[in-house]
Amino acid sequence: MSLNLATDPDFKQDNAIDPQNEQRVLTWKMRISGAPFMVKISFTFICLMVFLAIFAQAISPHDIAELDLLNRFAPPVFMGGSWSNILGTDNLGHDVFSLCLRGIQISLAIAAIGTLVGAIFGTSLGFIAAWAGGWIDDFIGILIDFQAAIPFLVMALALLAVMPQADITLFILIMCIYGWERYARLARSVALSAKNDGYVTAQTILGASAFRTYLRHVLPNTMAVIVVNMTINFPSTILAESSLNFLGIGIQPPDTSLGVLIGIGRDYLYKAPWLALTPGFIILFITLAISIVGDWTRDQLDVD
Amino acid sequence: MQWTLSRILRSLLTLLLLASFTFFALSLSADPALQILGPDAQPEIVQAFKERWHLNDSLWQRYVTYIMGIIQLDFGLSYRTGAPAIDIVMTRLPATLALMIPTGIASLLIGIPVGIYAALRQGTRTDRLIMTASVVGFAVPNFLVGILLMYLFSVWLGWLTPSGIISWMSWIMPMITMVSAEAGIFARFTRSAMVEILSHPMLDTSLAGGLNEHQGLRHHVLPNALIPLLTLVGLFAGNLIGGAVITENIFAWPGLGRLLVESVAARDFAVVQIIVLLIGASMILINLLVDLSYGFIDPRIRDTRRISIKRNKVATA
Repeated sequence: MSLNLATDPDFKQDNAIDPQNEQRVLTWKMRISGAPFMVKISFTFICLMVFLAIFAQAISPHDIAELDLLNRFAPPVFMGGSWSNILGTDNLGHDVFSLCLRGIQISLAIAAIGTLVGAIFGTSLGFIAAWAGGWIDDFIGILIDFQAAIPFLVMALALLAVMPQADITLFILIMCIYGWERYARLARSVALSAKNDGYVTAQTILGASAFRTYLRHVLPNTMAVIVVNMTINFPSTILAESSLNFLGIGIQPPDTSLGVLIGIGRDYLYKAPWLALTPGFIILFITLAISIVGDWTRDQLDVD
Repeated sequence: MQWTLSRILRSLLTLLLLASFTFFALSLSADPALQILGPDAQPEIVQAFKERWHLNDSLWQRYVTYIMGIIQLDFGLSYRTGAPAIDIVMTRLPATLALMIPTGIASLLIGIPVGIYAALRQGTRTDRLIMTASVVGFAVPNFLVGILLMYLFSVWLGWLTPSGIISWMSWIMPMITMVSAEAGIFARFTRSAMVEILSHPMLDTSLAGGLNEHQGLRHHVLPNALIPLLTLVGLFAGNLIGGAVITENIFAWPGLGRLLVESVAARDFAVVQIIVLLIGASMILINLLVDLSYGFIDPRIRDTRRISIKRNKVATA
């Protein structure tokens, strides 16, 4: 229980380089090459997953709708299966490898769109609240409170319940709502403090429109905070998306996502454990890799 | 006092917004008669159904009835069973609480001490190990942990039954599933709050003034770390509820989360409505209590609030 950290050798070693002075000199290329081993591995893994997602259709050996009822529950290669279905087949004879590729594609695409739209939407509302003040600020504040009061999963379930035909467009729209309130809160507080800074006043005096001031001057000052929040938001969007699909609400077969695959695989856990475990480990590694890289980015940007 | 009142008023407005949202989302977007009876239902039956549930009234009429109903704690009948929807929800509530309360306590009891320990060993291998474990804890999807546990303990070892409440053993897998994520978040936040305060000069001052490290920790570091942790409570409660929905569905736990998914699948709007309202109202209450307790715990916040009201600005926490 030593509180005297200055004499702690490990502590000293970590702080030997003064971050304030050293960081500005480093380029991103140098930082990546100096990153810890785990970060490099995670980064490579993410690149691989993005590659698989982009070229999923070209790589996948079978069509995802292709049925092979004579070849159901074929085990993966490493469990004694054949090379024509590397990761085995499911309850209808679909090729699991092809399904997983499609799943990676859908999950990453939804998470990317959801994170981006959520960030833009939330940040804009935060800026509007800070700029307008008065009752508009109060109203957006209540909207934020309201969103924060309903756990996203519950809200998405309620919204999906009422839609007659839950298709993928609607599902993506719902994923875009995810986490907007955190961006709005952050953007609002940064913009409020910027309002008291000289540069916003100077811009207004010089005759710049509010839109220009916020887009060209306040936004760049907010960017670090927003990017950090995006690195937190991205993996949790994947988790939220796959949780909903795991519950069987959202993307419907024959289309698929990693969550759908795990949901189906759960029913065959005794008979064919690879059906749930393969997509499960893919999700695990994706979210883990993004969290590790995100953590590291956060340290580099030096924002909490 | 003025701040407290305005905060309470704002919570009530949020609650009204929540109630209106659930009503309009559920009644505008779809026709329950067609969804429950199916598109092939005979017109007379559809008509009788609409008559029975007052679906022919105008939207505003129904809205007023609905809001009045909520005030009188009357939430309508379940389309599915015809029983009062509130009764159906209340029979499921105890099972959910029986899962969430022990999970919440266990997460705090594990997460906070581990976070403090990591902060005191900042930069060492122990610290890095704990932080990696906490990242893994919340990066792994809840449902995956559940399935892995099920595979390990039910399929492979055959020790635990995979579903329902049978004995105290039924709590083991659901609780591990939820605690792994929540404790990880708490450990992380506790550590970063502690690290920040440990680098504050007041600690050096107090040590120089003759306090030993233990006293410094107890009187200066921990009270200051409490505030950032308090902001986490709202998020924590929301996570716990979301986690419960997933966990209950994996382990066939007879609670609210499972009822919610069942009702969504069956388009039983009255039940969905109550569950959303119930969860939303408790979250609003929790957030309100957290906001009010800041001022109670930290006199500095009390002062800034007073000043900000004097300046006639809207104070938001």
